[in-house]
Amino acid sequence: MNSIKTAIAALAALVIASPLQAEPVKVGMITTLSGGGAGLGIDVRDGFMLALKQSGNNDITVVIEDDQRKPDVAVQLADKMIQSDKVDVLTGIIWSNLAMAVVPAVTQQGKFYLSPNAGPSALAGKGCHPNYFNVSWQNDAMNEAAGKYVSEQGVGKVFLMAPNYPAGKDMMNGFKRFYKGEVVEEIYTKLGQTDYAAEIAQMRSSGADMIYYFLPGGMGISFMKQYAGSGVTVPVMGPSFSLSQDVLGAIGDAAIGAKNTSHWSKDIDNEANKKFVETFQAEYGRLPSIYASQGYDTALLLVSAAAKADVKDADAFRAALKEADFASTRGKFKFGPNNHPIQDVFVREVVKEGDVVTNKIIGVAATDHTDVYAAECKM
Amino acid sequence: MSTILLFEQILNGLQFGIMLFLMAAGLTLVFGVMGLINLAHGSLYMVGAFACAAVAAATGSFWLGVAASLAAAAAAGAVIEVAVIRRLYGRDHLDQVLATFALILVFSEGTRWIFGSFPLYLNVPASLSGAVILPGGVAYPTYRLAIIVVGIIVAAGLFALIGKTRIGVQIRAGEADREMIAALGIDIARLYTFVFALGAALAGLAGALVGTIQSVQVGMGEPVLILAFVVIVIGGIGSIKGALVGAILVGLTDTLGRFLLPSLFATMMSESDATSIGSALASMSIYILMALVLIFRPRGLFGATN
Repeated sequence: MNSIKTAIAALAALVIASPLQAEPVKVGMITTLSGGGAGLGIDVRDGFMLALKQSGNNDITVVIEDDQRKPDVAVQLADKMIQSDKVDVLTGIIWSNLAMAVVPAVTQQGKFYLSPNAGPSALAGKGCHPNYFNVSWQNDAMNEAAGKYVSEQGVGKVFLMAPNYPAGKDMMNGFKRFYKGEVVEEIYTKLGQTDYAAEIAQMRSSGADMIYYFLPGGMGISFMKQYAGSGVTVPVMGPSFSLSQDVLGAIGDAAIGAKNTSHWSKDIDNEANKKFVETFQAEYGRLPSIYASQGYDTALLLVSAAAKADVKDADAFRAALKEADFASTRGKFKFGPNNHPIQDVFVREVVKEGDVVTNKIIGVAATDHTDVYAAECKM
Repeated sequence: MSTILLFEQILNGLQFGIMLFLMAAGLTLVFGVMGLINLAHGSLYMVGAFACAAVAAATGSFWLGVAASLAAAAAAGAVIEVAVIRRLYGRDHLDQVLATFALILVFSEGTRWIFGSFPLYLNVPASLSGAVILPGGVAYPTYRLAIIVVGIIVAAGLFALIGKTRIGVQIRAGEADREMIAALGIDIARLYTFVFALGAALAGLAGALVGTIQSVQVGMGEPVLILAFVVIVIGGIGSIKGALVGAILVGLTDTLGRFLLPSLFATMMSESDATSIGSALASMSIYILMALVLIFRPRGLFGATN
């Protein structure tokens, strides 16, 4: 629809002026820039472009296209980018169903894929690939940490809700894997659903002690606003997507007090994160979300690998990516055997700072957390 | 499953249906009277929601926001009718679809240009927040009850307008034979602009009312537009009564399907299979309903016979 093409072109004069240049890398970014999930894609894009700009590396060029959250569009874009734009690395996909449609084809053609969001279980286990690097998280991970945390808090009965697509299933399975109490009800809604009256009515009569829900983007906004007005007072919790910075402004005070688990938060205390939060705000005039931090980290990883190896030498470039030699905004970051992150998961709570509704870390849910699918990955 | 839960779900279905009716009424009027397929109806819904959010944020009054949504959507409707839509009445449906699809892009990008890509904040006014206890001990959100009441008032107003007023006579006559009423000295261009603006205002009202409990963002109108088309196909094109009955049928089918199908399947198979099959079938339920209606009543429930 609205294909925004951005090219950070290597300035000709600069190329001539500096004799020591890394080999150029061409990146194709397929992400969601229109419709209900646009906020997520825009944050990934902005985070990515910010890190690239700060790196001073002018040999990385980026082609950006909008997938409209449609798997068929994403597949077409990937084909176009590989065949006519001749990209070396693809990135940007937000949604697991789109990732499932695009990533295997990309890696089979010998291109690299860096995931700045979405970590479907199928690509972490049997479907893993040496050219697929997940810089965000495996879908289950944050929810496993949440399941563990909720059990430790002594919550006996939970009500689960997620959209009916691969990530929704992964997230709820992850939660159940570590949760020791009783799941009173488990509901899968349509992806993109905006009215949750029927589900809230079931929550009201379920007798649950906690609602655990995964609803990213506009879905989460709709649900929280309707939940707040429903008179149901059971506490809610979710993975960070449900209560990320991109939706908190629109939900407003209704979200205050809700807990969520996250691998990143704007108040993680390290140099890289401070610089990121500060410069992101200065550049775009809003607080960064987890998606922005993931886009930023993805670009940092790419820049670090491009400085060490030529992207045309796939083995060397792969080894350079695997080292994950960059200062992540989340502090600790390294890749496990299936190229998925090993990282800490924090518990955050939604608070109001001045006029801004945002998240604050209140504890650690899991340290050096990895996913369970690595064992099935043979590569 | 308790009767209280079932009753609450029926209310939810009714509320969803009423909201769809506000969308479908304008669409069916425009389609019936002018023979125009207007894909940009969803954009007018979005215009209403954004106008309400922007005015409510600026003035602090939700009610001014609602008034603004009516005015903004009606004005946007009148402007596009005069500038674009008017040229399409004589053309075939493909041209109309193309031109109104272009309008969707113009509205979406225009809105993104003005308000940005992130959802706006719009919340239920304090006087309507929280829940009320209905007879029988059902707690129900006050705001949703208010939507049902507004919908019923609008439906009654529309029936009175179409059935009892001079302009209603002209609208019905325009539906039956547009050349004849032009020959009788009715200013058909003005009538069309009025009908289009009226339909737009209803869509804008729906956008404001629904945006309050959902997410005010670019592209919010298109999913609702698809449902509104399903409603008018079921109800019969051009019929306000059909739009009302169709909307409530779709609202109830969707809500009760989402709620009952998974538990129905759970009696026959394992919990996790039932959840996934039930949810998948629930998303299809309204389309199955539409197919069934079309098999037995190809022109919809209240469609014209010729």
